[in-house]
Amino acid sequence: MPVFSYLAYPVQGAKEELFNDLSALDYCEAMQAENKEVLILVTDTPDEKTEKALQKQLKTLKSLQSLGMTFGHTDQ
Amino acid sequence: MDITRRAFIKTAAAQSAVAAAAVLFPGISFGAWKNLDTSSGGIEWKKAPCRFCGTGCGLLVGVSLDRAVAVKGDPNCSVNKGLCCVKGYHSIQILYGNDRYRKALVRKNGELVETPIQEALDLVAEKMKETIKDHGKDAVSIYGSGQWSIPDGYAASKLFKGCIGTNNVEANARLCMASAVTGFMTSFGLDEPMGCYDDIDHADVFVTWGNNMAEMHPVLFSRMLANRKTKTHVKIIDFATRTTRTSQAADKSIIFSPQTDLAVANAICHEIIRNKWVNEDFVEKHVSFRKGKTNIGYGTEDHFKFTDKEETADFREYKAFLQDYTPEKVEKISGVPAKDIKYMAALYGDPDKKVTSFWCMGMNQHTRGTWINNLVYNIHLLVGKISTPGNSPFSLTGQPSACGTVREVGTLTHKLPHGVVANETARKLAAEIWQVPVENIDPKPSYHTVEMFRALDRGDIRFMWIQVTNPMVTMPNLKRYRKGAQKQGRFIVLSEIYPTPTSDIADVILPSALWVEREGFFGNSERRTQHNEQMVPPPGDAMCNTWQLIEVARRLGYEKQFPWIREAYIEDIWNEYIQFHDNPKHRMASYKELKARSGVQWPFVDGMETKWRFNPEYDPAAKGDGFDFYGKPDHKARIWIRPYEPAAEFPDNEYPLWLNTGRILEHWHTGSMTRRVPILHKSAPASYVEINPDDAGALGVTNGSRVKVSSRRGSVVMTASINGRGLPPKGMVFVPFFDENHLINEVTLDAFCPISKQPDYKKCAVRLERA
Ligand code: SF4
Repeated sequence: MPVFSYLAYPVQGAKEELFNDLSALDYCEAMQAENKEVLILVTDTPDEKTEKALQKQLKTLKSLQSLGMTFGHTDQ
Repeated sequence: MDITRRAFIKTAAAQSAVAAAAVLFPGISFGAWKNLDTSSGGIEWKKAPCRFCGTGCGLLVGVSLDRAVAVKGDPNCSVNKGLCCVKGYHSIQILYGNDRYRKALVRKNGELVETPIQEALDLVAEKMKETIKDHGKDAVSIYGSGQWSIPDGYAASKLFKGCIGTNNVEANARLCMASAVTGFMTSFGLDEPMGCYDDIDHADVFVTWGNNMAEMHPVLFSRMLANRKTKTHVKIIDFATRTTRTSQAADKSIIFSPQTDLAVANAICHEIIRNKWVNEDFVEKHVSFRKGKTNIGYGTEDHFKFTDKEETADFREYKAFLQDYTPEKVEKISGVPAKDIKYMAALYGDPDKKVTSFWCMGMNQHTRGTWINNLVYNIHLLVGKISTPGNSPFSLTGQPSACGTVREVGTLTHKLPHGVVANETARKLAAEIWQVPVENIDPKPSYHTVEMFRALDRGDIRFMWIQVTNPMVTMPNLKRYRKGAQKQGRFIVLSEIYPTPTSDIADVILPSALWVEREGFFGNSERRTQHNEQMVPPPGDAMCNTWQLIEVARRLGYEKQFPWIREAYIEDIWNEYIQFHDNPKHRMASYKELKARSGVQWPFVDGMETKWRFNPEYDPAAKGDGFDFYGKPDHKARIWIRPYEPAAEFPDNEYPLWLNTGRILEHWHTGSMTRRVPILHKSAPASYVEINPDDAGALGVTNGSRVKVSSRRGSVVMTASINGRGLPPKGMVFVPFFDENHLINEVTLDAFCPISKQPDYKKCAVRLERA
């Protein structure tokens, strides 16, 4: 049951769009910075298979430039 | 997991991200964020440096009931400011693989048999005594690691160099950092970078020299991207032999033909001079010119010897030498368009731009590794862009304590914790601190790593103790060294945490405590020493490597030199060790200070860390009002005249492709730890060969087909990757080395830089066939 958090960097000018994209994904909670071009993403998946699938989905988001991890937890 | 605990974990996760954002983006605000109380949840957070790369991120490890359960970036650590990479976040899982060594194993009739650890330690000591009696002190050796904690390396050096009296002490950092060391020593007279990671926040231009930072130093790369995000003029130039994730994120990717970085660096200097971008005042006051031998060989034969001859040169001679390196001439050798060489020169030459150059294995694993380090320093010295915030030639390190343990403690054949064995004053100091007769310390270095394994093959070395490294995956030209280690009359001791191919050659395996299962220190790329306490118990009989060495030392009769008690030996060793560096150029923080803080940079003088060395504004050891390169007797840095010379082996009709090897984001070196972390293993379950689509097309190979990669030394069959995470140019293939089931080092060549003795894993000739 992995839990991760990230700083999510949008592509130029796509902060709002990235927020919507991330919020629409299962197992994701997103939070926008009010005054900077960055978001926080917390993911909470039930198992590694779902985690891997989510990672794949994240890679397809056009509004996302890059992710910087800040926290990791797995119940192993 | 119950709901409350899970909610707590999620809150902690969000909190970590907020903390990291606050450090990276001062003044950032998250309106939706409510700072919930996370003091409950039954998790205690303790600081430790990351177990993996030389970035040295500060982590906070969450411990619950004697088990490490979570990791977050330490926002108090200035290295990573709360960030981490995928390896860091999964690091606790490396503690809990099912096949951890819990008991000592001794080979009996070909089988490894569980044995009480004290009995195994008795056997190790007996074998050492027997080998010394029968074959002399130089028949025993220890081969350690840049992943050794500082006390491990210190105890090894004291036992072997001080007590036994052999210089057969080497570490795998020889394979990753030795050229950086000789580069620093020849250019500045002192090892390790003058700058620090704060350079990332100040630079306007970054040039990555053969350094895929996006995968190898991802947190530093994230900091670079964060800098570019806040300042739109910031540029990242990736100068490399293949297209990587770093190239993709860079503003410009420039590809050069292998080995020709030497020529391009000279051409950049040619352009700087031609355009009058030289900082004349800086060069006049702080630089002197040198030249050395040329046509220096490649070390592929046993007993190869080389000593450089340093000669004084001058600026006029240097300018004349550079006439062979006009951008147009170099374009022909390197394949880099002259306009790109001029573009790079213009960035370095612009007086209004602060430039930081980063490099790691690409420049160090090079048969002219020392030279290319010198040549990049030449560029920075010509324009005076050094030792000030944002102006930094920065040699990154690969392993978590390659600097702390190998370079600073001196666990290489020629080194002592302070100075070199050849220096009488250094030997006297070591003998005094170690309480051994000075005659014990041999003034002659013995074998560097490649030669040490050759000596094992020849029978000059009979006993080898390997700690924290996996040479039966990492040695170049591996088949020879595996056969050598398996010969009759060799005795191999291995201190390890999991079975690896090196276990197959071991006669005794000692189970080791790993990372936060023992107290220790690492030293990262920016001269930062970081302490961790023991947080969780090691499994079974697993024992700290330092304590294993102490146990054996006592059995050999060195109780006086190894008097420490279990409760305080790490602190006592630290206090003894730092006596070696008790001067303003290298003073280290006290144990108390290191326990309290998320790392401290040396020189640590009067309670102050030194961020930029050789600059009196920041460095208490530097004198005067400009720069003071006090590592050299004349207080000047060196610009070296070093030519381009070809690689030891290059493509021909029979073997028409270059082979380049390296690492990937998810796996740490040989994968012995990260391949046991399910999510990392699944992300990259097996090694592969990256092929350029044109070469693949000519061979009729498609993505996922099986191909055989062969050299004059061996071959390996693996899966083709075309347009995968990396893209080699036409005429080159790339293979990561993390996978013990695909031993690419059976294919590589054991040629090395004659000055640093570091092998070149980036260049040899291979051919591809469909398998
Ligand atoms: S960048 Fe290196 S030190 Fe930092 S978390 Fe990743 S592996 Fe660890």
